[in-house]
Amino acid sequence: MANPPNDAIIRVRDLTVEFGGGKTRVLNGLNLDVRRGEILGFVGPSGAGKSVLMRTIIGLVPRLAGDIEVFGVDLGTADSDARRAVERRWGILFQHGALFSSLSVRQNIQFPVREYLNVSERLLDEITIAKLGMVGLKPEVADRYPSELSGGMIKRVALARALALDPELVFLDEPTSGLDPIGAGDFDDLVMTLQRTLGLTVFMVTHDLDSLYTACDRIAVLGDGKVIAVGSIDDMRASQHPWLNSYFHGKRARAVVS
Amino acid sequence: MSGGPALERMTQGDALALYASGPWTARYAPDLETLVGDVEKMNSKSKRVLIDVSKVAKLDTFGAWLIERLSRSLAMTGAELRIAGLSANYSTLVDEVRRVKETPPPDREPVTIRATLDRIGRSVAQIGDTLIGIIEMTGALLFALWTVVRHPSRFRFTSVVHHLEQVCWRAVPIIVLITFLIGCIIAQQGLFHFRRFGADVFVVDMLGVLVLREIGVLLVAIMVAGRSGSAYTAELGSMKMREEIDALRTMGFDPIEVLVLPRIIALVIGLPALTFLGAMAALYGGGLVAWLYGGVEPEAFLLRLRDAISIDHFMIGMIKAPFMAIVIGIVACVEGMLVRGSAESLGQHTTASVVKGIFFVIVMDGIFAIFFASIGK
Ligand SMILES: Nc1ncnc2c1ncn2[C@@H]1O[C@H](COP(=O)(O)OP(=O)(O)OP(=O)(O)O)[C@@H](O)[C@H]1O
Ligand SMILES: [Mg+2]
Repeated sequence: MANPPNDAIIRVRDLTVEFGGGKTRVLNGLNLDVRRGEILGFVGPSGAGKSVLMRTIIGLVPRLAGDIEVFGVDLGTADSDARRAVERRWGILFQHGALFSSLSVRQNIQFPVREYLNVSERLLDEITIAKLGMVGLKPEVADRYPSELSGGMIKRVALARALALDPELVFLDEPTSGLDPIGAGDFDDLVMTLQRTLGLTVFMVTHDLDSLYTACDRIAVLGDGKVIAVGSIDDMRASQHPWLNSYFHGKRARAVVS
Repeated sequence: MSGGPALERMTQGDALALYASGPWTARYAPDLETLVGDVEKMNSKSKRVLIDVSKVAKLDTFGAWLIERLSRSLAMTGAELRIAGLSANYSTLVDEVRRVKETPPPDREPVTIRATLDRIGRSVAQIGDTLIGIIEMTGALLFALWTVVRHPSRFRFTSVVHHLEQVCWRAVPIIVLITFLIGCIIAQQGLFHFRRFGADVFVVDMLGVLVLREIGVLLVAIMVAGRSGSAYTAELGSMKMREEIDALRTMGFDPIEVLVLPRIIALVIGLPALTFLGAMAALYGGGLVAWLYGGVEPEAFLLRLRDAISIDHFMIGMIKAPFMAIVIGIVACVEGMLVRGSAESLGQHTTASVVKGIFFVIVMDGIFAIFFASIGK
């Protein structure tokens, strides 16, 4: 499939999203490029619209105006075949996991694989265990149901499901929230390993300063419905914007840097 | 080569060389599986095996795992194994999957006679659980009622009004429509068959007794069980699923008092009102058919109705209504509280709520029939 010339995997132009028939305008003329093979960290205050942006890009929230291209396909106008081809190439981790509650962990992870690939039961089981291992879970977890998991385990299983088909692009909504610091660190390592080996592109909404420092290649900041700054962590730290300043120089940030 | 993956074999004495090439990715997983399976089946006796992956264009976890699987099964034959041409990037991936231990087989329940019997036994035992649950809920409800009576300020009036709107006011159109139609049908059928004996006018007796005493309340109770019982179960069940009920409890609220009591009070008020409306609609429908189809003038109909039925028939119907409301409400709330974490469980309990609700309504009606017969009404 053809990709746009500047190798942006996701291209968002002048995106506007409203709720309640214009009562609340969450995104207002937003522009964003996510380049192939990068890990983009997306930050912004709570309720700024990070999840809404992610959900709009993947086509769950209707947009009022603007263009969105993923893998060079405009999902707004694409037919269902083109959409399916794109959906096959991405993986999504929702903020609250969104595991299928009536399926076991094993079935949750195998669900997309069964849909798209015609492989043996044996390979399915082996891949499931491999994915569980990658996200730091033991094989014993495979036959439990989502309601029998802890919050952090739900996150990990949801990540394993997002990675089930070895996608080229993953959307992660606060992947490390609810994980212990060691688990969060392992998670950053895993994402970086996958980026290096599979050339994975990652769109990651996060509040985790450690992830921003260690894993992210670039950081984008959402404020007032727009991307107010994009750049490396050093650019962010040098910025004079008041919110960025308190975000990257606050007490917590200092603790991470020191 | 058509761009797909390949695994070429080359044997030289006791040495085997495998050259992997092309994309070893999820997309080609079915092909890759056959390629690897063929080599495994070949059951080579070679002492030294070389797997060369330098020509692999693309590798992901599927490919990496299949290479790992291949090397594990070759190592099992006791061969000396070497993997060549693994770039630094890909070797981290292979290391990642190498940590996978032998996969435990999934515990899929076998379908045996024993398991079937086991399931039947359990579902029989569950009937007992339902009864205990109903008794427990009744007790908790009486307790909550007592609390509210002692502290009237804790009565949730707004909530009762809200539920009354949901179960009663919004149900009026459908209940009136359906009971009206049933009244029409009873009258039409009665006329059709009674006419042969010239007993047209007894249709009014039949309609009056049937509607006021049995059909009216039964029909309305069944419809309310389907309409509001299921809603109660689904509401409480999804609150249970999302730990909302636990949250209430930890804030010092009694979920029975806050959630269940207002719902049941709303039903106890709403169901008799709907029963009354339903009975009137059915009599109206029956009268209309008697007039238009049977030629019984409205005045004659009303006169006959006054002779045929007594206030007892009406009272018997109305007395049953609140009891049926309590049964429907309690069954629905018990089922709602039994919902466990999954969407499937929510569906099962909602179904169970309606089925059990209707069952108990009919059982209750039978008990009342015996009771009234024995006191001679
Ligand atoms: N379906 C909806 N209807 C109305 N408003 C909505 C809807 N979804 C989100 N919003 C509003 O959009 C705004 C942005 O929400 P969003 O979930 O994107 O925040 P966020 O940036 O992801 O915050 P957090 O960091 O807390 O997850 C919020 O003010 C929210 O109330
Ligand atoms: Mg969010």
